[in-house]
Amino acid sequence: MLDIKRIPLPALVGIILTVLFLIAAIFAPWIAPHGNGEIVGDVWQPMSAQFWLGTDNLGRDLLSRMIYGARITIFIAVLATALSFTLGASLGFCAAVLGGWFDTLMSRFVDLLMAIPTLIFALVVLSVLPSTLVTLILVMGILDSTRVYRLSRAIAVDIEVMDFVEAAKLRGEGMRWIIFREILPNALSPLISELGLRFIYAILFLSALSFLGLGVQPPDADWGGMVKENKDGIVFGIGAALIPAAAIAMLAISVNLVADWVLNRTTSLKGGRG
Amino acid sequence: MADQQRKSDVLLDIRNLRIEATVYPPGEPPKDIVIVHDVSLTLKKGKVLGLIGESGAGKSTIGLSAMGYGRGGVRITGGEVILNGRDILKGGKQGLRKLRGHEVCYVAQSAAAAFNPAHRLMEQVVEATLLHGRATRAEAEKRAIKLFRALSLPDPEHIGERFPHQVSGGQLQRVMTAMALCSEPDLIVFDEPTTALDVTTQIDVLAAIKVAIQETGVAALYITHDLAVVAQVSDEIMVLRHGRLVEWGGTRQIIKEPRQEYTNALVSVHEIDHQEKKPGAAPFLSVKNVTAAYGGGDVKVLKNVSVDIFPGQTLAVVGESGSGKSTLARAVTGLLPPQQGTVTFDGRPLANRLADRPKEDLRQLQMIYQMADVAMNPRQTVGTIIGRPLEFYFGMRGRERDARVAELLDKIEMGKGFIDRYPAELSGGQKQRVCIARSLAAKPKLIICDEVTSALDPLVANGILKLLLELQAEENVAYLFITHDLATVKSIADSIAVMYRGEVVRYGPKSEVLKPPFDAYTDLLLSSVPEMEIGWLEKAIKGRRMESAGN
Repeated sequence: MLDIKRIPLPALVGIILTVLFLIAAIFAPWIAPHGNGEIVGDVWQPMSAQFWLGTDNLGRDLLSRMIYGARITIFIAVLATALSFTLGASLGFCAAVLGGWFDTLMSRFVDLLMAIPTLIFALVVLSVLPSTLVTLILVMGILDSTRVYRLSRAIAVDIEVMDFVEAAKLRGEGMRWIIFREILPNALSPLISELGLRFIYAILFLSALSFLGLGVQPPDADWGGMVKENKDGIVFGIGAALIPAAAIAMLAISVNLVADWVLNRTTSLKGGRG
Repeated sequence: MADQQRKSDVLLDIRNLRIEATVYPPGEPPKDIVIVHDVSLTLKKGKVLGLIGESGAGKSTIGLSAMGYGRGGVRITGGEVILNGRDILKGGKQGLRKLRGHEVCYVAQSAAAAFNPAHRLMEQVVEATLLHGRATRAEAEKRAIKLFRALSLPDPEHIGERFPHQVSGGQLQRVMTAMALCSEPDLIVFDEPTTALDVTTQIDVLAAIKVAIQETGVAALYITHDLAVVAQVSDEIMVLRHGRLVEWGGTRQIIKEPRQEYTNALVSVHEIDHQEKKPGAAPFLSVKNVTAAYGGGDVKVLKNVSVDIFPGQTLAVVGESGSGKSTLARAVTGLLPPQQGTVTFDGRPLANRLADRPKEDLRQLQMIYQMADVAMNPRQTVGTIIGRPLEFYFGMRGRERDARVAELLDKIEMGKGFIDRYPAELSGGQKQRVCIARSLAAKPKLIICDEVTSALDPLVANGILKLLLELQAEENVAYLFITHDLATVKSIADSIAVMYRGEVVRYGPKSEVLKPPFDAYTDLLLSSVPEMEIGWLEKAIKGRRMESAGN
């Protein structure tokens, strides 16, 4: 069904890059030439045959740090996005189908959450709670789910009034069938395009948190944290901070290239045959 | 000299028009297809030419080419469109801009969608006139008011101050005609202007358009799929099929002595001979004194309605939009719980609310919708759509289910090959057939058909009606058939309920309901159905006893 030759070039580039990032993330301990916290040379050594990307502000191998960083960055972003989508979409769909007090209650609660700037909210919560990966993922996922909730509720409300949903209700179908078989497939296109964006926002949000010292704690570091560690070098003309920054940008672009392609395929009403 | 004279009489001269579009068939490289094959036509000043055919015949495409416009990626690739002695296809963008809204104007099918809801009507009516500098605002508005009066709109001096949502559909269509006439064009393209209207409203709009055409002496291309309608307004008729000319002649000749077989099929399409069945001893579904309302109960949409349905028979509910006929269906299905009254099914009362009904009751009542394309989930294949009721009600799985789906597809005269198709890959008639199969899959006792044929071409609709009748004979299923089309009623019903403003005004076996003496409303409905006869319109208007509710 899927013909590799027919994948357009941008999507192919996106897929290859994303897969590379994923491989690096999954097999980090086996790929990385050095340990994550291991000091192997001088501070801020330039790129060389021994250290491909040079060393960082403490003399650790930057390539190894990047690979371990990919692992932690992608791990947190994927889980936070998955959480925000499952939570946001299922609550949004339920609100649209059930309506009434559930809808009102949920929607006002979400409005309340959204009224507080996300970053400030996260800062407050994270400075109170212990800084573990789980809290980080939970906080990011729940805060992001408000936006997903609003989007999916809006889409589902439109679909819910269509005749085919009414036909399913007349047939006596339960909520599960209506949400998962009637509404979800038709809401997929906008949700997927949102997914690509939300994933990147999660990475940027994580970077921002780490930059402020509330994200991933040393000696581990995500890419955002690595930008922070090496930012002082920029003044001396050392580009170590730019490498994690570039990695964030590259991941952002490649994930969205893939998302766009998936979107194009799912928009077709002829089962992707057209 | 005489030759010169005749030439200048010709307003529009389309020669060998060829229109193409690029299609993207599944699994193949994109290719160009020809939508209109070298069609030629001429139109004299002040004459009306009717373009008729089924959907996809290219009639709208040809009509729009008179304005140099190709809709949705359609390209005019050959031929000439000569208007007022010059080829408009060679005028470039600037030339077209001068032409549209000045020499040629357009009246769209759905006026409600064509008006900008944020502007007052007058603003939109005079816009083109002002833009082309044909008149000052005061003059244009004066002309618009004159046109409103000619089109017999209520309160012509002030109707222009309203917004589009403040007037009815039929009135809006007339305002749109006024908009087209306001800049005093030489040619108007009417694209199915009355198709979306009720019969009773259609007749008013039709009469208004006819008068306006006669008074202003404008020429018109009148596009429709309804021969009876076009016979009332046009001088000549052109029958099109698959982008080719089938027959072109005077109105009288086309409807009285069609020369081509296809034209003959169109002319004689409405007749299905249906023998009325005598009502049985006991109805299995009876609606008793049902009153229903939307939104808190202030606006009663159904008032004290009682009807009976007998096994294996068809009850047709007729009326114009807003008469409550669809609401009756919603009350029967439980989507809108009635405020008062009961629905009895098989001798026991049916729960008012949908959620309180057992699965078995739901199975016995199935529904087919007007718009087949939104009544099916676009993401499910035909196999899933038809197979789901089988799984849901009978617990069929796997091969057993597939076999039954194939059997049902066979019943609706579609092959097994359709099982993997998505709704977007079906034609309008096929979609409606799949919906029929889906409702049949539940083996119901009653199928509610809500305007199932009104979105279809006459020939296709005819096929659907015949299929429904055949299935009724085979499966002994009853229909509650909601429609505004009396021709349909005549061909399918055993008994008829005429509804007007939420009440049943006439109810009984078909032969009794359709036998004089009529009450005023039934008379209006019956007399509003266009007949294929020249001069019918004037006769019908003269003979009317009451105004339609939509006016």
